[in-house]
Amino acid sequence: MPPPVPEQLSRTIETLYRSESGRVLATLVRLLGDLDLAEESMHEAFAAALESWPQTGIPDKPRPWLISTARFKAIDAMRRRARFDGAQRDLVAHMESRDHSAPLDDEEIEDDRLRLIFTCCHPALPPEGQVALTLREICGLTTEEIARAFLVTPATLAQRIVRAKAKIRETPIPYEVPTPQELPERLDAVLQVIYLVFNEGYSAAAGAEVTRAELTGEAIRLGRLLTELQPEPEVPKPEIMGLLALMLLQESRRAARTSPAGELILLENQDRSLWNREQIAEGVALVEKALQSRRFGSYTLQAAIAAVHAEAESVAATDWRQIVALYNQLVRIQPSPVVQLNRAVAIAMQEGPEAGLTHIDAVLEHGELANYYLAHSARADMYRRLGRTAEARSSYEKALALTQQEPERQFLEERIRQLK
Amino acid sequence: MKYLCFGYYDKGKFDGMTESERNAMFDTCFEYDDHLRASGHWAGGEALQGPESALTLYWKNGKAATTDGPYAETKEQLGGILVLEARDMNHAVQLIGQHPALTYGNIFEIRPAADMNEVMKASEQRRRQVVAP
Repeated sequence: MPPPVPEQLSRTIETLYRSESGRVLATLVRLLGDLDLAEESMHEAFAAALESWPQTGIPDKPRPWLISTARFKAIDAMRRRARFDGAQRDLVAHMESRDHSAPLDDEEIEDDRLRLIFTCCHPALPPEGQVALTLREICGLTTEEIARAFLVTPATLAQRIVRAKAKIRETPIPYEVPTPQELPERLDAVLQVIYLVFNEGYSAAAGAEVTRAELTGEAIRLGRLLTELQPEPEVPKPEIMGLLALMLLQESRRAARTSPAGELILLENQDRSLWNREQIAEGVALVEKALQSRRFGSYTLQAAIAAVHAEAESVAATDWRQIVALYNQLVRIQPSPVVQLNRAVAIAMQEGPEAGLTHIDAVLEHGELANYYLAHSARADMYRRLGRTAEARSSYEKALALTQQEPERQFLEERIRQLK
Repeated sequence: MKYLCFGYYDKGKFDGMTESERNAMFDTCFEYDDHLRASGHWAGGEALQGPESALTLYWKNGKAATTDGPYAETKEQLGGILVLEARDMNHAVQLIGQHPALTYGNIFEIRPAADMNEVMKASEQRRRQVVAP
């Protein structure tokens, strides 16, 4: 039995896994051309680190150490298989002959990650498989962590990953950045996955607190990675910037969004001094650049709306005219009922609760949002501001009946109490 | 994290194998087990004697009663337990997915080990309260 690994070191290795596994894996996939083999040999490299680092100390550059150790483990694995499968023999010889001693530069490694993210978000994979695979293979989360965040059992999630990987192998889906012709469509899928990851982390709807904060961080990291795509004329780069801006601007309010007791705080009641100015500055700069391109889409418009909020000192000082104008554009390219509801709320801020109520009722008439608690909560708010207490109460109660989330429930209950 | 892998086999099929077939199976399986040990993924394991060696206990009429044979009479019987150290469920799937035993028609059920620390602590507290005067 090897001596137990000191706790400090095992924590360091775990932290290293978090920050490096995505990069190490992506590079190994390029070197080995096989996701499963890359993953297995990476795990073995980390296991080898646990075994040898207590004696040797942590290498100056852990990443190249891990990559080269994993490569040797992969060759071992291929040798083992070659004894049963002759076809593997040539592969081993091929692997051994290739020179991998050249140091990897950071740019090359980021390119590896980009290739792998396009594979994980390939449209041939089911959407839930894309999300699960991205979080596990690119962000280094465990099956169990992803399952917790999405409120499914680890066994269900494990199968999604197994099936998605089988699909990659059998199709086969290549490990490469798509051609310029395919890129716009393929990029849409990647952006969608990233925003899904972000929302899962941002909304209070699911999972353990820690995992959720991590998800938003991972999504922002992935968004940044995409901005490094080479600027080709066909690349809808503005939307990459738009999405990154949108995530940064939403994330900038994290500290102000909930009270220490975990209660949800609405935008209008947030302590704006808690907003993260650095994230806002970066987000606003990105929005401006995206808007200038004139080839932006819905992410940029949503980010522009968030930017108007971010730059306002208070609700009263907010440029609601601008926000309504942006919503008018957004409704044109994304006419979803939720966007229409948000537009109605913005109109209420600009023209008053009477106008807001008319618009909210118009949206509710379509029926899609009949069970959407935020629609009823917004309606209740209009009644409250008009002093129509009985109608406000009944709408808040309707909203309360439609949400299971504790912070939201506490918020609605508080609103009902205040009506008395 | 630890994963318990329950290996099931078809006893009829196993009994029908020739000695050299059996040896070939054992050799490839043990070799893979050795690989799991060498790579730090093996956290323990035992093979079981045949299902006819099993004795099953249950509660009946206020006392423990016994029957001979396994609890569940199925075609596939539990043949061994492997405790795997893996990063997550998919890592466990990947490691067991390469086990040569599968190619002989054996079946593995993977179950994550449950963390009972909290439950045990709560239980200790309850028991201490009962003892306290």
